[in-house]
Amino acid sequence: MNGAAESDEALLERFQCAAFDYFLKHCNPETGLIADTSRAGAPASIAVVGFALSCYPVAVERGWMARAEAASRTLATLRFFWGSEQSEAPDATGYRGFYYHFLDMQSGRRVWQSELSLIDSTFLLAGMLTAGVYFSADTRIEGEIRELAAALYQRVDWQWAQGERETLPQGWKPDSGFFHYGWEGYSEASILYILALASPTYPVAPEGYHAWTATYQWENIYDCEYLYAGPLFIHQFSHAWVDFEGIQDKFMREKGSDYFQNSGRAVYVQREFAWRNPHDFKGYGADCWGISANDGPGFKTLTIDNTERRFFGYAARGVPYGPDDGTLAPCAALASLPFAPQIVVSTLRALCERYPHITQESRLPGGFNPTLPGEGPQGWMSEGYFGLDQGAIVLMIENHRSRLIWQLMRRCPYIVDGLRRAGFTGGWLK
Amino acid sequence: MTQDEGDARAQNSAAEDAALLDNVHPPAWHNPQPAGIYDFVILGAGPAGLLAARGAATLGRKVALVERNRLGGNCLNVGCVPSKALISTSRLYARMREAQGLGVPRPEGIRIDAAAGMQRIQRLQARLSRADSAPRLREHGVDVYFGAARFVGPTQVTVAGAVLRFKKALIATGARPMTPAIPGLIQAGYWTNEDVFNLAAVPQRLLVIGGGPLGCELAQAFCRLGAHVIIAQDEPMFLPGEERDAAQILADSLARDGLEIHLNTQVVAVRRDGEHKVVDLVSDDSRTSVVVDEILTGIGRQPNVEQMDLEAARVEYDTTTGIRVNDFLQTTNARIYAAGDVCLAYKFTHMADATARIVLRNALLRGRRKVSALTVPWCTYTDPEIAHVGLYVRAAREQSIPVKTFTILMHDVDRAVTDGDEDGFLKIHVKEGTDEILGATIVARHAGEMINELSLAITAGIGLAELGRVIHAYPTQADAIKMAADAYYRTRLKDAAR
Repeated sequence: MNGAAESDEALLERFQCAAFDYFLKHCNPETGLIADTSRAGAPASIAVVGFALSCYPVAVERGWMARAEAASRTLATLRFFWGSEQSEAPDATGYRGFYYHFLDMQSGRRVWQSELSLIDSTFLLAGMLTAGVYFSADTRIEGEIRELAAALYQRVDWQWAQGERETLPQGWKPDSGFFHYGWEGYSEASILYILALASPTYPVAPEGYHAWTATYQWENIYDCEYLYAGPLFIHQFSHAWVDFEGIQDKFMREKGSDYFQNSGRAVYVQREFAWRNPHDFKGYGADCWGISANDGPGFKTLTIDNTERRFFGYAARGVPYGPDDGTLAPCAALASLPFAPQIVVSTLRALCERYPHITQESRLPGGFNPTLPGEGPQGWMSEGYFGLDQGAIVLMIENHRSRLIWQLMRRCPYIVDGLRRAGFTGGWLK
Repeated sequence: MTQDEGDARAQNSAAEDAALLDNVHPPAWHNPQPAGIYDFVILGAGPAGLLAARGAATLGRKVALVERNRLGGNCLNVGCVPSKALISTSRLYARMREAQGLGVPRPEGIRIDAAAGMQRIQRLQARLSRADSAPRLREHGVDVYFGAARFVGPTQVTVAGAVLRFKKALIATGARPMTPAIPGLIQAGYWTNEDVFNLAAVPQRLLVIGGGPLGCELAQAFCRLGAHVIIAQDEPMFLPGEERDAAQILADSLARDGLEIHLNTQVVAVRRDGEHKVVDLVSDDSRTSVVVDEILTGIGRQPNVEQMDLEAARVEYDTTTGIRVNDFLQTTNARIYAAGDVCLAYKFTHMADATARIVLRNALLRGRRKVSALTVPWCTYTDPEIAHVGLYVRAAREQSIPVKTFTILMHDVDRAVTDGDEDGFLKIHVKEGTDEILGATIVARHAGEMINELSLAITAGIGLAELGRVIHAYPTQADAIKMAADAYYRTRLKDAAR
């Protein structure tokens, strides 16, 4: 494909469609579970399932999948989660309405001693609620989808999770209980609080959200003022479902900004950091940036070009404080599309031109590192693909192209209630 | 090291220790005979007690200083002075290993001589102790008593058989390391900071319990001196309460040094296995064991409030939080004051100094100085150092103060780049819409030196705009402060242009 001759729309369609293909190839059709990565033996990730559930409506609207098939996949998924074991047993699928982060692809039971994850459960629920809004036809299947989506959301005991804490914890394990740390600083947890606040059954009080936002840091970095968070994905994941453009909570009213605008500023800071490239990593530049939580070359220290370099495996890399080992997250860069379309499209074109290995199937890998020599100019490249990356690409490209998911979720009463209870006003909430 | 070298070193060490003792607790010292009522009796000759004693004597007051152990307190003997000397030595070893980054071939065969570093510590302690030696204090008019002090009434204290009557008194008995309640730890044996500055050799494998300032400083220092250091911290980050990004950079730096880091990890049991110690660690639902040669605990310090019969003086206290004082540092006995670690949450030498000054003013000059009015900076002397003053963003927001932070990355500061000191940042928090500095955090190799300018600014009410008008010598790492002020100025220009 001649990248220069291809229109922006065609380019984005190509990458979006390829990303969606991940969910077809790495799915258990019986349960709807989706593998965390394309690597052999990978377990299912409940967050990836949430993204998948949100991607099916996109596929229907784009003509990549029949509505009936999308509904069938969605219903199989919801039925599995509704019927799977909810208990304190160490290999249950979930407990108190939440689910374990990683599940066996076949049995659907907990694996890797993973945690009962609030944030990953939230992404799963967001996908379920998306389906509950999208499948609105008066049919038996779509009706059951709506009922199950609401029931699954209403079953989640957010109050149990909060306990006596001021803010929500990150997770729970059957042998050791809740993690003794929660959410500190701006993160992808906005949608978690929105859903926890809106629950008709077990809502948390708004004070928890305000206590969390009290840990936010509004910083002037590189002459850009924004709500700081280091890894790029933080500025995207809640935005995959919630249209934050033009609406403000107390914090953003105080700053005269909104979270959508803020994600655009985060792109600027990421790009500026890559331009300055303080650690002299190969490849970094104004059209090659994107530092996020992603796969990496593995934990090792090597001397490259007379410089000692430390590399990490899967890690939450961040800008500008690090960690930064020269690994770029092209998926995170592309998922920034709605916030900075021109910059992102030119970056995608640059990636296609400079690093054909990472774009050859129109599907971006979990990371690459030109500083660490490999088979080609891209240097080290992550093996296979990550479901979260592909899901974020599908949804954020769609939100840029048609605002489909945002429009759907504007009609989701739980999202609207949660935003209002968090103190959001203005814009489309009027 | 040859036998002769070892013998010579042992002799030198003994000589340094003797020189130190001559200053801080002379073996042949005879306590004075108390005559009449003292204007001021001071219990504890650490930084607070020494400053108060000298100050009171300078004011012409009849003053007695009572010390149970050695003059100088924690700071000189087992705290700041020896630890910073050890850190300086360990930093040099680290710099040698990083030499290539500065265009210098890495020295071959770097031989770590920990004993030489320890001997240097003793030499420096002996030297620094001269200023406030017992004989010098006596010359200055201070009656120095060695022995355990006990109150026998609201205005009397006994020491070594003598009864000292006083008009006013100051309790400045400091604090000591806390011992974590871990089954088997005491039986297996452990070190605190009081045990690690006169070692003949660095242990091969060392477990440090606690990721606060003390634990992090010593863990990094011992790692750089050649030990395999494992650090266990029961919180998700080091330096709880400090800025997250600062803690993250520190964790990165410690990992780069080669420390084995266990965050979110509790030490649940210790047992001996021959020469070694086996330590059980628990993180959430995973349990592991590590084998080490020594264990160093650094979980904090508790106030020295026991064995003084404070009840006899009607002075209230708590074994965890220390002596109860009001904002003027008066105890529940209005004639008795407290200062320093024994009554403060901020257990820093500079706070001992500052509070001793308040007590001098309030106790002897009828002053009304308040401890709550102090602007308190602090610094953790890791590499990079982490220094802070004033409010954190969270504290400001909890007080409904809108905050804006001006951040300068050290990799954008010319002098930091030329020095190879690019890790870190400067953050200055101002009240939104103003240039009022609420607080600041600096992560930089010399953050402790840089923070003082911002302490001055906060104390004197100097805003960030005014700091921008101060010419900063170029190139210096403190130029980061000027750069933050410039960034502030540009926001004003943008506002004006709108």
